[in-house]
Amino acid sequence: MKHIVIVGNGISGVTAARHIRKRSQARITIISSETTHFFSRTALMYIYMGHMTFEHTKPYEDSFWKKNRIDLVFDHVVRVDPPAHQLILKSGQSLLYDQLILASGSRPNQLGVSGETLDGVQGLYSLADLQRMEEHTRGIQRAVVVGGGLIGVEMAEMLRSRNIAVTFLVREPEFWSNVLPLQEAALISRHIRKHDVDLRLSSELGQIVDNGSGRVKAVITRSGEQIECQFVGLTVGVSPNIGFLAGSGIQTARGVLVNEYLQTNFSDIYAIGDCAERVPVLPGRRAVEQVWYTGRMMGEVVAQTLTGMPTPYQPGPWFNSAKFFDIEYQTYGHVPAQRSPGLADFYWEHPRGEKGVHVVWEKDTRRFVGINSLGIRLRHDCFDRWLRQGVSVDFVMEHLPEANFDPEFSERHEPAIASAFQSYLLPTAV
Amino acid sequence: MKFVKWIGLSLFVAGFSFFNYFFFASDYRLMPDGVKAHLDDARAALFLSQSGDLIDRTVASQFDFVAELKLTAARANKRVEHDYGIQESELQKLLAASAPVFLIHRVDSLWRDSTPEHEFKRKAFRDYGSWLDGQPVTIDQLTLVADNIRQYAVIPTFGFDRYATKGLLYSLTKASSTGPLPKQPLLFLLLSVGLTLVGALMFIFPKLARHPGIQNNGIFFQAIKNTGWLGVLLGSWLILFYVVLYFYPEYMVNWIILVDPVSRWISGHEAGRFFLYGFIYTLCILVMGVRFLIHYRHSSYHLWRTASVMFFQTAFAFLIPEILVRLNQPYFDFKNIWPLDYSFFFDYRLDQLMANGSLGIFMLVWGIVLIVVAVPVLVYFFGKRWYCSWVCGCGGLAETLGDPFRQLSSKKISAWRVERWMIHAVLVFAVVMTGGVLYTYFTGSSQVLFFNSYDVREWYGALIGAGFAGVVGTGFYPLMGNRVWCRFGCPLAAYLGLVQRFKSRFRITTNGGQCISCGNCSTFCEMGIDVRWYAQRGQNIVRSSCVGCGVCSSVCPRGVLNLEVRDEANRFGQPVLTGNNGVVEEGRA
Repeated sequence: MKHIVIVGNGISGVTAARHIRKRSQARITIISSETTHFFSRTALMYIYMGHMTFEHTKPYEDSFWKKNRIDLVFDHVVRVDPPAHQLILKSGQSLLYDQLILASGSRPNQLGVSGETLDGVQGLYSLADLQRMEEHTRGIQRAVVVGGGLIGVEMAEMLRSRNIAVTFLVREPEFWSNVLPLQEAALISRHIRKHDVDLRLSSELGQIVDNGSGRVKAVITRSGEQIECQFVGLTVGVSPNIGFLAGSGIQTARGVLVNEYLQTNFSDIYAIGDCAERVPVLPGRRAVEQVWYTGRMMGEVVAQTLTGMPTPYQPGPWFNSAKFFDIEYQTYGHVPAQRSPGLADFYWEHPRGEKGVHVVWEKDTRRFVGINSLGIRLRHDCFDRWLRQGVSVDFVMEHLPEANFDPEFSERHEPAIASAFQSYLLPTAV
Repeated sequence: MKFVKWIGLSLFVAGFSFFNYFFFASDYRLMPDGVKAHLDDARAALFLSQSGDLIDRTVASQFDFVAELKLTAARANKRVEHDYGIQESELQKLLAASAPVFLIHRVDSLWRDSTPEHEFKRKAFRDYGSWLDGQPVTIDQLTLVADNIRQYAVIPTFGFDRYATKGLLYSLTKASSTGPLPKQPLLFLLLSVGLTLVGALMFIFPKLARHPGIQNNGIFFQAIKNTGWLGVLLGSWLILFYVVLYFYPEYMVNWIILVDPVSRWISGHEAGRFFLYGFIYTLCILVMGVRFLIHYRHSSYHLWRTASVMFFQTAFAFLIPEILVRLNQPYFDFKNIWPLDYSFFFDYRLDQLMANGSLGIFMLVWGIVLIVVAVPVLVYFFGKRWYCSWVCGCGGLAETLGDPFRQLSSKKISAWRVERWMIHAVLVFAVVMTGGVLYTYFTGSSQVLFFNSYDVREWYGALIGAGFAGVVGTGFYPLMGNRVWCRFGCPLAAYLGLVQRFKSRFRITTNGGQCISCGNCSTFCEMGIDVRWYAQRGQNIVRSSCVGCGVCSSVCPRGVLNLEVRDEANRFGQPVLTGNNGVVEEGRA
């Protein structure tokens, strides 16, 4: 019986394990040094905010793994020896595999500023990070969060839930405007401020000040302003967690290099999720995609490949979602942050300023390219189908009500959006 | 704002403390007039003759007072047993006269006087002992007859049987409460319930200052919402409240006196325990309904739904039945449906409806139409939520008073397993019980197959109606979540659920591949459905237990879940996550 070993028990590794089990009788082992059981990383913030306990973040009961004959090993892989098909674990034990799946995820980036290693300065990625944050923020008055991305705004929300004053340093001119067009970014920035976050746009961290006993006392921005604080959240992105592969002969660049079958330079070693880097890059995608959904899809694909049905990783149309305090965000297809040549776009915003829709299409063909939605839920299946079919923007605008996924009795905005879209088109039509 | 909140909390604590204090507050003094007002002349005379020094004496607590009443009733029973019961010596005489066989007419010679005692004994022995006529008898057989006469004839006719004693304890205690409270009930009502209400509202309204959106911060850090000491304390209080309400109402007469003026004002009658219960129940739904409305003011679905349960409780469950009583019509809750309303087919209710002309007949037909037409048709079009989270009183309390505890329901597969057999067992119990009751109603025979329909209905009332729906159903809010009754016990929920599972357009749609398995949906599902289990595999949620409260959809941070009514075709959906080319469905693998 072949032995498939998976390094990492996040969404990628666990999805791979589950799907392999559905399709084969192979022996499956998952190794993780983070937790004994799979939990949802995306829910870490809710533990801190008191919405859930850690137990609630486990998608499967503990009995699930035994029932599905998936062995869980709580240990850390220190070395991979591909020729010997062997893993060396921190406990000193070793493990032989027939096929290996690397799903080791990410680790928070560092900025390289002074004071980064002080107590009370940290990123947020793992359960251990959350536990440290719990300790570091107990009873404090003010925190500074650095980095205007998804984890940054989550951290700000977490801290505000405990009534800790938050200064939020964002390098971009609006929150997340390296990803979102300015209109959406501005809307979210306004909303963040409504939650009493001291949002500082276009500002960067200069250094972190020691209080004399190894703990953070303040930060100094690049513009020289000093902000007193007892905690600094550093959320300047994540990088593939591949340090343990050094010297193994497995080819890496930013992440573990994989081909279309998610296979590394060793035919029996695969890499999926945050730690994988696709070469060549798929058109319209990034080489490293650190998103829950892509990790899950790679898990599904690699499971098929390892169980006799080699399947290339071909994600469908891009989609993603997030929530910024009270505003939900969904995106389907491609909505560039900057205006791109050849593309036209239309933005509608609700008068109260907490809902917005941004539609993008090809100027020449009118082919629909993508949509961002804030505060309005959209149907994934509709947009997945429409993007595959290559429908026109006019079709999308006409059929927008079908794609609405808001709860019953919700205020509907499609008529307002459609009429705004028509009047937006008029001048160009003349 | 913080200031208002803390004053509110103080007022709430003060009002609730007063309320609890009033439970113990009065003195009790039994007056002959009170006894005469609640008993017929003969029994009143008997009771007074046995009450010793209790008359006109002040007793400081209802517990001592009730104990004295019980003793008095027991003495009265002893007295009538002595007067009317058949004595050992009389049995010996009968036995002596019964060789070789017992002849029933011997009783006429044994008790030949025309005193009431002898007349009673003659008749009673003929009623209870004629089966011995012409048989050789033993003293044991004669003793058995005498015991039956004592239990089924003497005590019920002249003394106080179990039911009469229960009623006596309650009505005499209530009539005997003395002190400021019974003199000024309205004042004391305002001091307790009034202050509690004002305090609660002052505590709740400042929540309006928060930005509209999910308000779940800190839930698992709070002692009351995470089964900490405060939750256990509240649960214990609720359980005690229900035990006293259902089984020992004689101890809570002061609370009932508090609402006497309200009851007189609405129905024209003095309050009973269930008026008190309905009054508090409605206030809880209204005040905690306001809280829910504020919490979920960003969601029209919740605004409509909560307004609906507040309306149905206030109008249909509380006011209309009382007003009907005022108009000399049968007490009737037009939105209560059998088998939740388990006594709907009981003889006294059927008789009452049929004795009340066209309105009574309308009520009877209405009740039956709800069962056979409204339930299946409305569940087909809307799901069981039309009842459970829009109309029902139990559901109304769960959605309002119970909302702070929704996260405590167990999501374990083992809990689901228990739930499925338990709720359907209660449904079977309700159907069998009602079948027996109707059989008895139409045939007059209380023996149905192997059971006695009166016994079964009494067991159902105590175990399910009071014990499960009340004590466990609400008392366990802070311990096992707010839908313990609806999930594990309600036979109507079981019936609605069967329709919802097999013939309905309702489902919770999972939005393609957007689920991130965070677990908010499962955590906040009051029915203990592991919503995430379906959502994370891209499958719709179709579960008989889902009451359609819509909170899973609200707390989802990624817009994954939506309550929908659509075509039945492909309602369950496929377990496949949108967005991945070349991947086969989970189910097919």
